[in-house]
Amino acid sequence: MTAPRAAPARAPLFDWLFILSLIGVAGVLIRIVWFTPYEATQGAAQKIYYIHVPAALSAYLALFVVAVMSIVYLWLRDERSDLLAWSAAEVAFLFTSVVLCTGPLWGKPVWGAWWTWDARLSLTLFLWFLTLAYLVLRGAVEDPAMRARFSAVLGVLAALLVPFIHLSVYLFRTLHPMPIVLKPERPSLPSEMLLTWTLAVFAFLFFCVVLIRARYRLELARQGVGGVTNA
Amino acid sequence: MHRAPGTLHAALIIARKDLAIELRTRSAFLSVLVFTLLALVTFFFAWDQTAVSAVDLAPGVLWVTFTFAGLLGLHRSFGVESPDRAIDALLVAPIEREAIYLGKALANVAFVSAVLAIAIPALALFYNLPFGRTILMLGPVAVLAAIGLVAVGTLFSAMAVNTRLSELLLPMLSLPFFVPVVMASAQASTRLLAGRPLEEAMPWLRLLAAFDIIFVVACTMAYPFTIEE
Amino acid sequence: MSVSAPVVLASALARTFGTRTAVADVHLSLGAGDCLALFGPNGAGKTTLLRLVAGLLKPSAGSVQVHGVDMRRDARSRGRVGFISHHSMLYPALTVQENVAFAARLQGVADPEGAALRALAAMQVDDRAAAPVRTLSRGLQQRVSVARATVHGPDVVLLDEPYTGLDAAGAEALTEMLRAMQAAGATLVLVTHHVDEGLAVATRAAVMREGRLERVEDRPAAGFDVARYTSEYRALVRHA
Repeated sequence: MTAPRAAPARAPLFDWLFILSLIGVAGVLIRIVWFTPYEATQGAAQKIYYIHVPAALSAYLALFVVAVMSIVYLWLRDERSDLLAWSAAEVAFLFTSVVLCTGPLWGKPVWGAWWTWDARLSLTLFLWFLTLAYLVLRGAVEDPAMRARFSAVLGVLAALLVPFIHLSVYLFRTLHPMPIVLKPERPSLPSEMLLTWTLAVFAFLFFCVVLIRARYRLELARQGVGGVTNA
Repeated sequence: MHRAPGTLHAALIIARKDLAIELRTRSAFLSVLVFTLLALVTFFFAWDQTAVSAVDLAPGVLWVTFTFAGLLGLHRSFGVESPDRAIDALLVAPIEREAIYLGKALANVAFVSAVLAIAIPALALFYNLPFGRTILMLGPVAVLAAIGLVAVGTLFSAMAVNTRLSELLLPMLSLPFFVPVVMASAQASTRLLAGRPLEEAMPWLRLLAAFDIIFVVACTMAYPFTIEE
Repeated sequence: MSVSAPVVLASALARTFGTRTAVADVHLSLGAGDCLALFGPNGAGKTTLLRLVAGLLKPSAGSVQVHGVDMRRDARSRGRVGFISHHSMLYPALTVQENVAFAARLQGVADPEGAALRALAAMQVDDRAAAPVRTLSRGLQQRVSVARATVHGPDVVLLDEPYTGLDAAGAEALTEMLRAMQAAGATLVLVTHHVDEGLAVATRAAVMREGRLERVEDRPAAGFDVARYTSEYRALVRHA
């Protein structure tokens, strides 16, 4: 991740980069809906896949930022890394919510069930809870320095937890055969679909980074240029 | 000058003090115990005996109950230091910060173990499980589960006590971390109680042990960051 | 190493809470046997200064050392300090003796129970040794609090309004104890509103206003007049 740069006093939030990323996402959505062929067996519902997976990847990216910035804060005590972690956490919450909403929307027509304890979906559910806990924690602590420290501790511990959740879900599924449903494997996508998918991934990731940056700048502006390091 | 106690010795002194307070008031222990027994009974009446066997159901019931009961007990862990800012005295004492965390965690393990020592036989009683076998199989799992639960819960208790919404925050923070513990304990217990070979339960037990080691270390290291500066 | 190395040394010590400055640019040097009486209106930063010296708060700027060591980093060094604050720092459910003995154990005192009883006797509260703290009046709890903070014979004692709640007998016991400690070479920092009680043991007096130390005067020094200092201080506070 880019290191926090000291932004000018009133860095515009909706600058050209932001607009470009919005255009990117809008463009990809248009392509998904109108310019990508339907998949043979799944029909229209399959198109949600183009949002679901990129959103998940964006969420993981944002959470990675949270984890790294948490460690950086505990090490350097630079207020800016705390603000960046917070911005990334809010964006992560947004994207994990998107994943959890689009999953069932895709799952019901395709699998016949609103929810399955699919490995990725389960992990995302826990990440959603952890991100929510992070945001609630921030709201519950008044002193800024204490808030930053507590959030960073939670960020680091949550990062340690992820492999355990992953392993638990994996063990749960392999040692507990799930009811057999028609579960399409990730299709070997013909070139048009592959292009759409790739574009969607890039558009979402780009949008994710830009959102974090915008949120971070908003917070920097709110708290003063460069952030006064609270000892 | 006096020779200040080392970290482990200081932790034991603090653990002993916490347990002395608990024994004096007894209110938290009794509340948690009653809650646990009531929960075991309530789950029993919600259960269709023809659909699921006792051996399959009982461990899950125990570990879920244990999680929520544990939360009740953990809340008071740092709560005892609050009324007159006794924590300041601990912070000015010639002991490492980690000793405070370890002492409280030790006291919590003792507290939770005491509850389980009554809950597990009660479980065997209510769900018609073989006594000896149940205690033998669930005992070691209980120890591992207790360590994991307490390690994380004690740290979050230290954090939550400094916030508003502390009663809400402790479960919100802790429960995601308890999930691997509950899952592993329940899955391992079910297999052990059903007489399955040990190898079937081993992946879960290994997960539990790894969780315990990693989080005891991580939380001990994280504790000094939760102190006011 | 200089013979007269300062016991408590603060250099450009400052502490802010967000935008509020609680302590600003404090310089302080106290040697063995010194007793600083710190006066000042409410909210002047006296408690914050004491907590900084005790190592409970991190300085925003500057530094503070006790016996040449930063107490936040060196656990062992904290064994030479006793700290008494607004709050009693006692456990209401435990008895008086249990509270003080616990403190003694954490300090590594050889005979914790015996030391506890002696400390309680010095504050004349040993007759209530077996009573739970919550059954004691505020004034008696204060005496126990003093005993708890001094059971290990510290040579630096930080006291934040220790006379609050003490009756005449308790106040006298405390003053006696402070005098004895001072005679034995301890360094004291005493925050108090009771000017006469503060000046009874002080070798130096200072007033703290809006985070800064003012009117630092040594006593006994020629021309130091308790009555004058008291009235000047009262005027200062009234106009704060």
